Amino acid sequence: MKNIEIFTRGIIRQNPVFVLLLGMCPTLGTTTSAINGMGMGVATMFVLTMSNIAISLIKNLVPGKVRIPAYIVVIASFVTVLQLVMEAYVPELYNTLGVFIPLIVVNCIILGRAEAFASKNNVMSSTMDGLGIGIGFTLSLTVLGAVREILGTYSIFGFKFADTDGILIFVLAPGAFIALAYLLALFNKFKAKLK
Amino acid sequence: MEYILIIIGAIFVNNVVLAQFLGICPFLGVSNKVSTAIGMGAAVIFVLTIASIAAYMLQYYILVPLGIEFMQTIVFILVIAALVQMVEIIIKKISPSLYQALGVFLPLITTNCAVLGVAILLIQKRLILLESITYAVATAAGFMLALVLFAGIRERLELEDVPNELKGVPIALVTAGILAMAFMGFSGLV
Repeated sequence: MKNIEIFTRGIIRQNPVFVLLLGMCPTLGTTTSAINGMGMGVATMFVLTMSNIAISLIKNLVPGKVRIPAYIVVIASFVTVLQLVMEAYVPELYNTLGVFIPLIVVNCIILGRAEAFASKNNVMSSTMDGLGIGIGFTLSLTVLGAVREILGTYSIFGFKFADTDGILIFVLAPGAFIALAYLLALFNKFKAKLK
Repeated sequence: MEYILIIIGAIFVNNVVLAQFLGICPFLGVSNKVSTAIGMGAAVIFVLTIASIAAYMLQYYILVPLGIEFMQTIVFILVIAALVQMVEIIIKKISPSLYQALGVFLPLITTNCAVLGVAILLIQKRLILLESITYAVATAAGFMLALVLFAGIRERLELEDVPNELKGVPIALVTAGILAMAFMGFSGLV
């Protein structure tokens, strides 16, 4: 029961993007379309879950003073694995996401969960935490990507539903900031209503 | 001429924050006051310059000769983290006044993705050493420019009557969006 709670809280109540405001760089930088946002989200979820598992396994072996560098090495190793796998099997997505794939290392969500959760809890809960937060992150990125794609090119997941060009600014850099700002405002409004 | 193009490109056209989305966390986090924005910007210029030299040396004198370029991510992040620590210790010893000004910002910079991002980008762009340093300094200057401009706007925004839902981060993001639009005007320059 407790694990299910850990799993679900990452999706809405502790949503990394809309509530905790972490991992803003990939959130803004990779969400030019729904599919790109989703790819970035899944990639981050992989690293987050794997590093959570590994860190909860080694938590008793690592001396307290060097724990942060040790965690960074663990995270960087999984990112390297991810880089090689993506380059081999989904080279197109790998090229679109570009520098943001190696930058998963410095995504504050991952080190944050390692330090705040995986270093104190057992393997099962840490896995659930990683998956929950990862799914929350993926959903947020997909929603933001979808909004930008719908407004920017009048298409969704690559399928065009109107024959005209979209409001191109939403695919470009300023659109990322503005779309995220209004999604956040909407999220705040619903949260205030629920309370 | 080539260097002038790199400088203008990195500061205005491909501004690190407003066009490439690197270093958003400090951009939103330490932009409440112009004075702290200047301190953070100066610290980023300092660290990025050193980190770019370190990244260049590591890539072409260690990783490439040994044929282990795939280790790039691990090596870069460890060296940058160690470097920031070392810079902090050295500044504290040599110049307490500089430490007073930059000290609080230095630990924050390790997690600034602009530093690792620029290190990776300058390898991807295949720049030579002098170009790398130019690119790094110009990128950091662009970061500082965006940060100071943004802080100036935010200081005034404090006094404005903003709708409840938009208070705090959302209105800051809208401001950043408009700033990004302004910077798009430079896109024909290079």
